[in-house]
Amino acid sequence: MALQYTHWTLDQDDQDLAWLTLDVADSRTNILSLSVLDEFRQILERFEEHTPAGIAIVSGKSRGFIAGADIKEFTEITRVQQALEKIYLGHSIMDQLDHLFCPTVAVINGFCLGGGLELALCCDYRVALDDPGVRFSFPEIKLGIHPGYGGTVRALRHLNPLTAMDLMLTGRSIDARRANKIGLVDHVVPERQLRSAARRLLLNRPPVHRVPRMAKLLNSRPARLVLASQIRRRVSRKALLEHYPAPHAMIRHWAEHYGDEEKMLQYEASSVAELSVTKTAKNLVRTFMLSKKLKGLASREPAPVRHVHVIGAGVMGADIAAWCVHRGLTVTLQDIRMESLARAKKRAWQYFRRRLKHRLLVRNAMDRFIPDMQGSGLGKADVVIEAVFEDRNIKQDLLASIEPKLRKDALLATNTSSIEIEKLCDALAEPARLVGIHFFNPVTRMPLIEVVNGVQTRREVLQQAIDFSRQIDKLPLPVRSMPGFLVNRILTPYMVEAGLLREAGIPAGEIDLAAVRFGMPMGPLELADTIGLDIGLHVAESLDLAYGFGIPESFRSMVEAGKLGRKSGQGFYKWKRGKKVSPIRKPSPKHSESIQNRLVSRIANEAVACLREEIVPDRDSLDAGIVFGTGFAPFRGGVMQYIDSRGAADLLATLGSLQKQFGDRFRPDPGWHELIAEAG
Amino acid sequence: MTQPAIYIIDGSRSPFLKAQGRPGPFQASDLAVVSAQPLLMRQPFAPDALDEVIVGSVSPGVDEANIARVIALRLGCGHRMPAWTVQRNCASGMQAIDSACTSLLLGKSELVLAGGTEAMSHTPVLYNHHMVNWLGELGRARSPWQKVRALARLRPGFFVPVIGLKKGLNDPVVGLSMGQTAENLVHRFRIPRTRMDHYAVQSHQRLLHAQENGYLDEVVTIYDHQGTYYDHDNGARPDSSVEKLAKLAPVFDRKFGNVTAGNSAQITDGAAWVILASESAVEQHDLSPAGRIVATAWAALDPAQMGLGPVHATASLLASQDLEPADIDYWEINEAFAGQVLACTAACQSEEYCRNELGMDHALGEIPHECLNVDGGAISIGHPVGASGTRIVHHLLKVLQRNQARLGVATLCIGGGQGGAVLVENLQ
Repeated sequence: MALQYTHWTLDQDDQDLAWLTLDVADSRTNILSLSVLDEFRQILERFEEHTPAGIAIVSGKSRGFIAGADIKEFTEITRVQQALEKIYLGHSIMDQLDHLFCPTVAVINGFCLGGGLELALCCDYRVALDDPGVRFSFPEIKLGIHPGYGGTVRALRHLNPLTAMDLMLTGRSIDARRANKIGLVDHVVPERQLRSAARRLLLNRPPVHRVPRMAKLLNSRPARLVLASQIRRRVSRKALLEHYPAPHAMIRHWAEHYGDEEKMLQYEASSVAELSVTKTAKNLVRTFMLSKKLKGLASREPAPVRHVHVIGAGVMGADIAAWCVHRGLTVTLQDIRMESLARAKKRAWQYFRRRLKHRLLVRNAMDRFIPDMQGSGLGKADVVIEAVFEDRNIKQDLLASIEPKLRKDALLATNTSSIEIEKLCDALAEPARLVGIHFFNPVTRMPLIEVVNGVQTRREVLQQAIDFSRQIDKLPLPVRSMPGFLVNRILTPYMVEAGLLREAGIPAGEIDLAAVRFGMPMGPLELADTIGLDIGLHVAESLDLAYGFGIPESFRSMVEAGKLGRKSGQGFYKWKRGKKVSPIRKPSPKHSESIQNRLVSRIANEAVACLREEIVPDRDSLDAGIVFGTGFAPFRGGVMQYIDSRGAADLLATLGSLQKQFGDRFRPDPGWHELIAEAG
Repeated sequence: MTQPAIYIIDGSRSPFLKAQGRPGPFQASDLAVVSAQPLLMRQPFAPDALDEVIVGSVSPGVDEANIARVIALRLGCGHRMPAWTVQRNCASGMQAIDSACTSLLLGKSELVLAGGTEAMSHTPVLYNHHMVNWLGELGRARSPWQKVRALARLRPGFFVPVIGLKKGLNDPVVGLSMGQTAENLVHRFRIPRTRMDHYAVQSHQRLLHAQENGYLDEVVTIYDHQGTYYDHDNGARPDSSVEKLAKLAPVFDRKFGNVTAGNSAQITDGAAWVILASESAVEQHDLSPAGRIVATAWAALDPAQMGLGPVHATASLLASQDLEPADIDYWEINEAFAGQVLACTAACQSEEYCRNELGMDHALGEIPHECLNVDGGAISIGHPVGASGTRIVHHLLKVLQRNQARLGVATLCIGGGQGGAVLVENLQ
């Protein structure tokens, strides 16, 4: 006997167990939208009248339990009261589930995120499929809030508080085995045992998992106060209170309210309601929506890529290869030097060991990572990516020499970071097939790919490149082929300015601190050290030719002196084994504001220029590029969003006065007037 | 009736890496996978177009049961690729080729990847049977008192390990080590120590010469996980000389013997491959055959004389094709021991031996030294037992091509008293 709702199906079996299946209509994933919750409440009310022997909540989607709340509904919230109503509704449903008189189990067969995890935590038990696709996380913090459907209460009810706080503060996701280890799920089983494990739990009713005895001590009031201040200090290093209020609210929540669940629920609701209307939350949600927009550029069902051939086993090529292998592809990596291939293989192995852990998974990945000195993979690959030294002639010769060997339908891409596609495709018999696929360093961490659209690039080729980017789980941003494209073009003047500030005698630490306080993930000079000054200089020189950004004298002299940054041990900082070791003295934030002004003005000015030249089609794309390509303060929602919030006129005035003081590198772009006119 | 042709399309092998007294960087399946990847990558067909994968391996790792299937899956041949492992001791890699030939001849397969792999440095070290018994007893002990009593029965002698490699190189029936069977041959054909040492030195020189001239282009570069690459056989000793070898003590008959580590094959890790195809596969995939396998032959003899296996196998191989040694352009006789190779050539020329042991009315004939193992052999290259059989067949074809010659014989002796031989024809 089955009871059919729009999103839910209820089956009662002969042991009086209720199997409640969620299969959200017209959606590829299960999300907790209002209509889903509404039906759920009806079903729960039914259970209160006729309580079955046990309830199992199952997903009807093949891959995924519940992905969380409906973000679209979230964006519609503008007032605290509105948010509160929504949260209370969620609270009451979750409470109902939590307080049912029969045992309940969540059967988790895929991602279990945010609201989905909160729902699972209301159940007495959780069983999970033993599969790498099963992920648990509280991603709320990335949207500027914290769990709001009772998750803060129930996570702390079941888990070691340090683990729970770590999950909620970082938004990191964990797999089923890890979840089992920390007590988040009771059993991790293969597909064939998923249902019988759930049934066994409902019928046998073993004790429900609670915070382990030792960990309980951590929840005592004095321990909480000490730990909270430590956690706060660590969080502040990445997320300043004034930029990201949510983690700080979360810490306070635990430290001050733990112990009384009623009070905690109250506080959770009001805290999330307040957070959800902050600028930070709005901007973070916008950032999230931007990423969805980029994801949406891919075709519905593109032909899957299986084999990628990468030419050039430098750090970039090697990392692209490792990343593609990690995403399940087979990669042949070509280089003329065996040493480079050997290094690349070692690097890949270290990466896989860290990420995949299990011996057989690492071995399978390594078996798909094939050094290929002879270039035998060229004629077989679905995608060929050129990642050799950033030099027009070298790249041209290489592209011309490989073209005849490629499959007719293979995608031919160059990973150039600044050279226009038009200047590289001359040498090809079929120039229309060349497209740019620009990865960012470090490839394994940066989510963006600039898909560079040459004037000559065929439409289908561009789409193929976008689809490939999505297949390897990157965000594709189509950009026009102009020197530096979008991201490097905007970053370069910013780094040049940092170099000029340094030449003016301001300590590197102070410059970087100002940038970090603005919200950049890393200061510009530390970034230069990390990229390598030689590579940075090379890009700066080529962009200087195109746009006249200028090049600080110190860049050249440092490169000549062999001070290349992290890799040589000395750059703007001293480095030891990949770690920054100087300066020891804490930099002073005294001049932060004026430094920020100079750095940010150049970013903003160049962004306006890019928009005017239509490097990207619209402001959203520009912001997406700058946030995902540089890590530009996500809580500010991107450069254009920042210009909007500060006021274009104000920034224009700032540029004007900086131009008077420092010269024409601050000359406002003509695009500003259009921008102001639009705003006005 | 002419039998259908069996074509050798292409081949590759890993560098042969000398065992350094501890497990090397690659397991047997690792060696096989990394050396086959470049080979398969340069073929016009996809790995799943193969019909089967056959691998010879004497002692695969304990986690490599049916190592051929492990390798096939790791190579991306797909879930549907049949794969099986053959073991004929030192000729396992040759057996893989022979088994592939059988499949092709019977029409069961059209395209086969055949090879051999051995990581001798990974051969397990085992507990002796005292220790195993004791562990069993301990496992059965239930009460604390029984446990204490079981523990008390532990003796230091239980910790003496069984070296798997040593056991493997000992004849399980007559009880002689392989080196001792070589001593038998040296004694029988009165081969002096200096001739053996001289032969060994030449093996090194020939390998070095071949390396310098790029004759070993079937060797592919392989990469471990620690950032090191291996692009050549590392067993060659440029400084080897008869004087130096003369100083080495015998290792098998320790007091009065002649066979030393210097004039024996090296303990080595390696893998070798060939792709064999039928006429129809050649047409279907537009392949250009490098050569063909004309015939194979196997023979057996007294295990204590196992080193003479090549003489018996070759005699039967040549007889089957109505050929004489003079018709053969180049030879590969696997260098298990310098004395053993020299004994084989001596036996071929000995009327007495051929009459008594082979039932022939004349000597088989001469195998000229300048046509034998021209690019070195197992003494310098090493002898990963599962892989050598494939290596010599494929390399022989390379030698024939380089010298624009037509026919060659690759043959090896097999521990336990057998010999295997393959007749190869160059088609280019």
